Amino acid sequence: MQPSPERQREMLRQMQTIRRFEERASDDYHGGAIYGVVHCYIGEEAVAVGVCSTLNRDDQIISTHRGHGHCIAKGADLNRMMAELYGRETGYCKGKGGSMHIADFGIGMLGANGIVAGGIAIVTGAGLAAQLDGKGRVAVSFFGDGASNAGPFHESLNIAAAWKLPVIFVCENNLYAAQTSAAETHAQEDIAARAHGYGIPGVIVDGNDVLAVHGAAAKAVARARAGEGPTLIECKTYRWRRHTERVNQPDFRPEHEIEVWLKKDPIARLVAHLKSQQGQLTDAEWQEMDRQVLRGIEEAVGFAKSSPFPKPEAALEDVFAS
Amino acid sequence: MSRITYQQACLDALAEEMRRDPRVWALGEDLGRGGVFGQYRGLVAEFGPERIADTPISEATIMGAAVGAALVGTRPVVEMRFSDFALCAVDELVNQAAKARFMFGGQARVPMVIRQPIGMWRSSAAQHSQSLEGWYTHIPGLVVVTPATAADNKGLLKSAIRCDDPVVYMEHKDLWQVPDDVPDGPDHLVPLGKARIAQAGSDCTIVTWSRMLSVALQAAGALAKDGLEAEVIDLRTLWPWDRQAVLDSVARTGRLIVAQEAVVVSGFGAEVAATVAEELGPRLKAPIRRLGSPRAPIAYSPPLEDVLRVTADSIADTAKRLCASG
Ligand SMILES: Cc1ncc(C[n+]2csc(CCOP(=O)(O)OP(=O)(O)O)c2C)c(N)n1
Ligand SMILES: [Mg+2]
Repeated sequence: MQPSPERQREMLRQMQTIRRFEERASDDYHGGAIYGVVHCYIGEEAVAVGVCSTLNRDDQIISTHRGHGHCIAKGADLNRMMAELYGRETGYCKGKGGSMHIADFGIGMLGANGIVAGGIAIVTGAGLAAQLDGKGRVAVSFFGDGASNAGPFHESLNIAAAWKLPVIFVCENNLYAAQTSAAETHAQEDIAARAHGYGIPGVIVDGNDVLAVHGAAAKAVARARAGEGPTLIECKTYRWRRHTERVNQPDFRPEHEIEVWLKKDPIARLVAHLKSQQGQLTDAEWQEMDRQVLRGIEEAVGFAKSSPFPKPEAALEDVFAS
Repeated sequence: MSRITYQQACLDALAEEMRRDPRVWALGEDLGRGGVFGQYRGLVAEFGPERIADTPISEATIMGAAVGAALVGTRPVVEMRFSDFALCAVDELVNQAAKARFMFGGQARVPMVIRQPIGMWRSSAAQHSQSLEGWYTHIPGLVVVTPATAADNKGLLKSAIRCDDPVVYMEHKDLWQVPDDVPDGPDHLVPLGKARIAQAGSDCTIVTWSRMLSVALQAAGALAKDGLEAEVIDLRTLWPWDRQAVLDSVARTGRLIVAQEAVVVSGFGAEVAATVAEELGPRLKAPIRRLGSPRAPIAYSPPLEDVLRVTADSIADTAKRLCASG
């Protein structure tokens, strides 16, 4: 079932928020106010938003090194996200994590993760806990095409399938793992095809079509809640920017390939769809929505800048329970 | 001599060894694109994708397959990108590579190099900053190398590749762009297990390795202004380590500081300190001091990260206090 027009506009707002947030984050990274590494999700917004639009607040997700989109789609607070990137005390991780480790356990966001495939087994455990709980909660693992070549992917799918865990495995196939193309690292082009080997459904969706992603995720979530077990959803998508904002790794992707994908902008696509439906979105409304989004980002930056850096003692806190 | 970077030095080393010995090959993620730090740049053009192999993100199998390829006669150089990621392949390294020779009664040999860069690299946070060299020194069967200069990153890498045992080779991420005078030509080898006196002195001994060498030398410079002569020893190789060089030095100076970036607790500095205490205890003029990170994961925000860093000031202050006593 298609989400209501109002719901679709909310999905649009979230996608635009992810994009504007990251445009700002990369600017401020290059300006020196944000440190370390920032991996941008721009171009892939429809995956996080499409999937998370089917989840409840207490459902759990786990993210990757490219995590801002998953955070925002699950409902994270922009102020605390930006403050974390700025390394401030008011950030989600008190400045200890940075871009690669933003988490909000209060909304079921179990963290971005710096270890490729590191989250897949962990969220399988969250699914196991949900099954033990019996309250119908589900757990979602986001991971890349690259991560699908690591052992935890295979071991997690197998266990989740064998135990019928309420887990949804969402592969964001953006065709590259850092600098290496997916075509060079696995012989079977479709990651979803692997699901068959584990005895679970494997679904391919256009990852730049948020409504298609929503539809596939809704089905997988319903199946998981009904106790029928996991689903692997492969979202075909593309990142617009280089692997990381840190410039140690050149971007080898062909120019023409990038151009083709820029034309498949998931946001422009939903805008066009809404505009084509009588009375669902006007140009003026869309511009106003973007202005609001930008105001939210501006506010988050203001919050981050006015927040203090953590006190040095904090470096030694949170290591143990007491 | 040529003035080249730490990164260029190891690139030259690998290329030279691959020309010299067709059994040498490298595997890891993005190697065909030059590697994450450019330390494989251009090699695929010369040696082809069979010998500069781009792997999937499959650390356990990268390491395990290299062990297998080594057991049957090739000499793999494994790239793990960050020492943090090598933890995904510790079984293959510790249970397999390190033990094969012994377990199979000397029939097997595992001539492989496992490159896994260590260290803080501004604000890379807890999963991309660790210095885990001490762990591997605990494992019988592993050689552990921590080059501090470009010259050593050439000479030690070449020796590591020629070594018939598994060598955990830990470059430091903050050193890639640091230049140094490096001997030209394929014959520059630095033997494994030989320390280097980076600066001679008679008042105290500072033992260090990896990136901490430059910090220790800075401290020694500051101490010189106060009329104190510190001897700075770069261990270069942590296993086997040059006990004799350290004992000889401390026998002369009577004072020892071990400076490391890693967590102090159970770090390799503890081994150095204990050895010196056992061998020279009564002859020491002052207690041995270990400097390193407090026992906390490495935080992202710069002011927090800085809490964990050993600075030249802290080394110099410690040295002054030691020299004031005794
Ligand atoms: C275990 C591990 N190996 C390697 C890396 C380095 N690394 C970080 S992101 C990345 C590529 C990941 O590709 P993919 O899973 O497709 O995600 P994408 O970046 O395309 O979103 C690599 C190799 C890492 N962080 N962890
Ligand atoms: Mg990818």
